[in-house]
Amino acid sequence: MIKTEFLCKSFGKLDVLKDISTEIQKGEVVAIIGPSGGGKSTFLRCLNLLEFPTRGRVYIDNVDITTKNIDIKKVRQNMGMVFQHFNLFPHKTVLQNVTYGPIKVKKMSKAEADKLGLDLLAKVGLAEKSDAYPSRLSGGQKQRVAIARALAMQPEIMLFDEPTSALDPEMVKEVLEVMKGLANSGMTMAIVTHEMGFAREVANRILFLEGGRLAEDAPPDVFFTNPKSDRACQFLEKVL
Amino acid sequence: MMSDLINFDFIHSRYLFSMLPYTLAALDLDFSKIADNIPFILWGVPVTLSFSIASVLCGFPLAILLAIFKISGIKPLRWFADFYTSLFRGTPLLLQLSLIYFATPQLIGYSIPPFQAAVLAFSLNSAAYSSETIRGGILAVDKGQREAAMTLGVSYPLMMWDLILPQAFKNILPALVNETIALLKDSSLVSTIGALDLMRRGTVVASEKYVYFEPLIVVGFVYYVLVMSLTWAAQRFERRMRRSD
Ligand SMILES: Nc1ncnc2c1ncn2[C@@H]1O[C@H](COP(=O)(O)OP(=O)(O)O)[C@@H](O)[C@H]1O
Ligand SMILES: [Mg+2]
Repeated sequence: MIKTEFLCKSFGKLDVLKDISTEIQKGEVVAIIGPSGGGKSTFLRCLNLLEFPTRGRVYIDNVDITTKNIDIKKVRQNMGMVFQHFNLFPHKTVLQNVTYGPIKVKKMSKAEADKLGLDLLAKVGLAEKSDAYPSRLSGGQKQRVAIARALAMQPEIMLFDEPTSALDPEMVKEVLEVMKGLANSGMTMAIVTHEMGFAREVANRILFLEGGRLAEDAPPDVFFTNPKSDRACQFLEKVL
Repeated sequence: MMSDLINFDFIHSRYLFSMLPYTLAALDLDFSKIADNIPFILWGVPVTLSFSIASVLCGFPLAILLAIFKISGIKPLRWFADFYTSLFRGTPLLLQLSLIYFATPQLIGYSIPPFQAAVLAFSLNSAAYSSETIRGGILAVDKGQREAAMTLGVSYPLMMWDLILPQAFKNILPALVNETIALLKDSSLVSTIGALDLMRRGTVVASEKYVYFEPLIVVGFVYYVLVMSLTWAAQRFERRMRRSD
């Protein structure tokens, strides 16, 4: 479903990603972990071309999206993304945030979009907040709205960039629960996270990014009990 | 010692205030002399307002367009918008107005009416200033907003119109109100090309009656009331917008 080949990204002289080649299958949940500054966000953002790779290729459904005549807007509609800082639209209500994409991009009727939106809000446990503005919500609630907004485009892939890092500890769980439900429903997911327990429980595979290299690509059991690289050992010692 | 000084000041100012009516009387201010000209002056209000409103309505879309040029990735558009701004900020508004009014007939043989010349000059000029404000407002919107829109597959024009500009305007509203107030007052420059706005009417009455103070004070008072009303309306509007946060 997602495949990268020798993916490289540089910002000026700084090489942030170095020859990342990997593949994510349909229905797979992949956790991307590693030290800060290791290139996790950049890798994720290369998958939907929020950052354009310096070299290498990104395939989505066997289509190379780094070629010229790709309609990236179409590709992105099929890949939801959830950010660390939510990025909700502050001047729109919760429901308007969720239905904006379906109405304006997919040209869905308002009635249909509202129904879909309320359904999704119910799924993330926020049906009663549909008319509130984002500023009225807690961090955990905001992030759940952001997930509902991404899901409203009915994507086949969901990308998460540290979705719980900006949350107070007591709100982390409610967001992780929603993500767990999503994973169990068969969604293809790539999740940058520092929640090791969650990664171990929910992910099918761990990608360990360090210094711009894919230092480890292994199932959670193997990665957490028996990491190959010294770097991964040191990292796990620090965080576990 | 200190309290003496304060006391002195206090008494002194009391004295000045008590003298004020006599001072005014000494100036020989007499508004009854121009009482029958007051309606004539007040008819300048719709004139001044129509110049100002038309200029805002024309200048604003142009300002948005210029602001979008300035942040675009297309260099010639950026150059054009920057040069445009430097031109209109770098020369006096009075010069721009005179050029448009007096040079247009010579240039294209169209004798441009004062209203059109003024609205053209004011909107071109105010667009130069407002475009800078709007550019700043757009850049101040968190870049996460853009990214969220992009990941939903929203097109650039739609993103600007629905998501970025509304947030930008909310933040720059006070600055835009200031620019509108400046335009309202600068519209008095149309008196130099013969339009019968508030300012011009004041000077007409003055030269008719050979009194200068009274009509100009009336005109000043009317400008002041207009500006204060605008300020008041803007504040109310702003408060209503803030309520959604
Ligand atoms: N837009 C950018 N411009 C310049 N440098 C960047 C940019 N984005 C990321 N970087 C740099 O790339 C490196 C990797 O960043 P990032 O992918 O955010 O790492 P992580 O998410 O693993 O913490 C960091 O050194 C960061 O400073
Ligand atoms: Mg990051």
